Amino acid sequence: MPELTFAQAVNQALAEELRRDDTVFVIGEDVAEAGTPFKVLAGLVDEFGPERVLDSPISEPGITGLGVGAAVTGMRPVVDIMFGDFLTLVMDQLANQAAKTHYMSGGKLKVPLTLRTTMGATRRSAAQHSQSLHAWVAHVPGLKVVLPSTPADAKGLLKTAIRDDNPVVFIEDKMDYAVKGEVPDGEYTIPFGVADVKREGEDVTIVATSSMVRVALAAAEQLETEGISAEVIDPRTLVPLDRDALIASAEKTGRAIVVDEGHQSYGASAELAAVIAERAFYSLDAPVRRLGAMDVPVPFSPPLEDETVPTPETVAAAARQLCGRT
Amino acid sequence: MDVSADTLRSLHRTMLTIRLFEQRVAREFRTGEIPGFVHMYIGEEAVAAGICANLRDDDYVTSTHRGHGHCIAKGCELDAMMAEIYGREDGLCKGRGGSMHIADFSRGMLGANAIVGGGIALATGAGLAATVRGTDQVAVAFFGDGAANQGVLHESLNLAAIWRLPVIYVCENNGFAESTPAAYATSVADVASRAAGYGIPGTIADGRDVLEVLAAARDAVARARAGEGPTLLEVKTYRFMGHFEGDPEKYRDDEERKELTANDALGSLEARILADGHASEADLDALRGEIEAAVDHAVEFARASAFPDPSTIERYVYPEQVAQ
Repeated sequence: MPELTFAQAVNQALAEELRRDDTVFVIGEDVAEAGTPFKVLAGLVDEFGPERVLDSPISEPGITGLGVGAAVTGMRPVVDIMFGDFLTLVMDQLANQAAKTHYMSGGKLKVPLTLRTTMGATRRSAAQHSQSLHAWVAHVPGLKVVLPSTPADAKGLLKTAIRDDNPVVFIEDKMDYAVKGEVPDGEYTIPFGVADVKREGEDVTIVATSSMVRVALAAAEQLETEGISAEVIDPRTLVPLDRDALIASAEKTGRAIVVDEGHQSYGASAELAAVIAERAFYSLDAPVRRLGAMDVPVPFSPPLEDETVPTPETVAAAARQLCGRT
Repeated sequence: MDVSADTLRSLHRTMLTIRLFEQRVAREFRTGEIPGFVHMYIGEEAVAAGICANLRDDDYVTSTHRGHGHCIAKGCELDAMMAEIYGREDGLCKGRGGSMHIADFSRGMLGANAIVGGGIALATGAGLAATVRGTDQVAVAFFGDGAANQGVLHESLNLAAIWRLPVIYVCENNGFAESTPAAYATSVADVASRAAGYGIPGTIADGRDVLEVLAAARDAVARARAGEGPTLLEVKTYRFMGHFEGDPEKYRDDEERKELTANDALGSLEARILADGHASEADLDALRGEIEAAVDHAVEFARASAFPDPSTIERYVYPEQVAQ
């Protein structure tokens, strides 16, 4: 299998879907010649032209609502929202329009819209370019929410997102773009709602999302040297959520930690922890632990920013505690 | 303006249907039979009728919380509309949307919308889709003077202008955003004057004269179909009822209300039809009877339709619902 970066995998998925389906188009700020500031879309405009890789003015609500309208009338737009922080700007179009159109029309109108955006701190970008707001969209029925953690998952899940008749919010961690991984040759998609066990283990389950999967895997490596066998499981999609897989893993190990980069309070980590606590309670040897981003605006100064997110060390410490090894 | 007798009669039928449908909705709402709340379009019929007379079934419309008139003018069936307003399974949206969310894709009605300004960007997207597909379809975004101050209108006007999208932005300026006067809330006397800021035509039509609306819309639609881009068309209109049924309307006095209804576009059109000999009093009475019977039928249809089965409550959240 060839090795691609996460960014290359996203680019490949978009190129394949643009080639496959004339109704697919990409719209966003600096998506064409610039290929986005992260260069994720580099080269697409050369193959598909500026009509299908469409540079937009800085009008996030406008282009997202436009995406909804184009989707309802037969297109499959991929709206690029450069930073996840700008979800605040498009929430009406997402939550009140895209998410509700199919339901409120009694199934008559479909919104096959994909909105790609980013998440993740530690890029020294301060509080308006570092947030992980996936919980906001996951809270709204009618939106599907995807958080890929590997290049292979990103490619397969993005192709599924574009083909899905629902509005899908597809969130990429900026810190993952340069990460390499094996990506299967040829055409493939990955279904939504199927968690992936990234590492098998016996003593503790670490449920991790997006770039926190890498953090969890690093923690698991460390824990192994200490005689603790950690299982790392990635839900991959928050909506739909593979509850059964999380519960089965927690029942097997008897201990669970949830690691997610959203703010810890009222976040995705709370929902994932609650699913396990509710359904695996009688198999648990310890309370479920949550590790999210600290409840502070993400600080600019590096020593401060690094404190705010879970790290292999904090995850490993939580696992030791759950296993009675403190 | 030179218009055929058929056009006059057709405009009249649309306006009268809206009027009688709305009057009946208001009446049944007061009995408590209709859940929620309703926003009446009475007084503004000339806008929907004059604009939509220029549209085809495959043209798109996005509407507002005050959307019944747009639905009727775009050709939605009265029975299924009424059933929707009653929250019944046979409604256009199977009772999931209600008065403020009537949609009918088969008629290009992309939905009434309860977010003020909510449909504007959607119509812009429908216009983009038509452009990409290379059709000559157009999209109309209806919105009120209240929505004229929403940011998304300004973004949409700019997007439509730079990409020359076939969209007609129709501001139904009825003078009030709920209870806030446009004169207070809007920086300019004419919303249409804002078109200059986007380098597109801004035109004004008098909503008391359906033929003026018809003519203004005809030009805007022709421009859009020809690929010449968007138009901001402001129609000065009047809502005879409150913002919603039950609105105490403390923001306008009886004198003002009397003045409004004296300038009723429907009455003026009827007078013209009679004066020009396109119909007799008896013809108009017969038409009124026919529409009243259709509205009666719609109410009976709605009443006879079942409420949605609660066991289906999660249907339509997602197409091809995935087990979660």
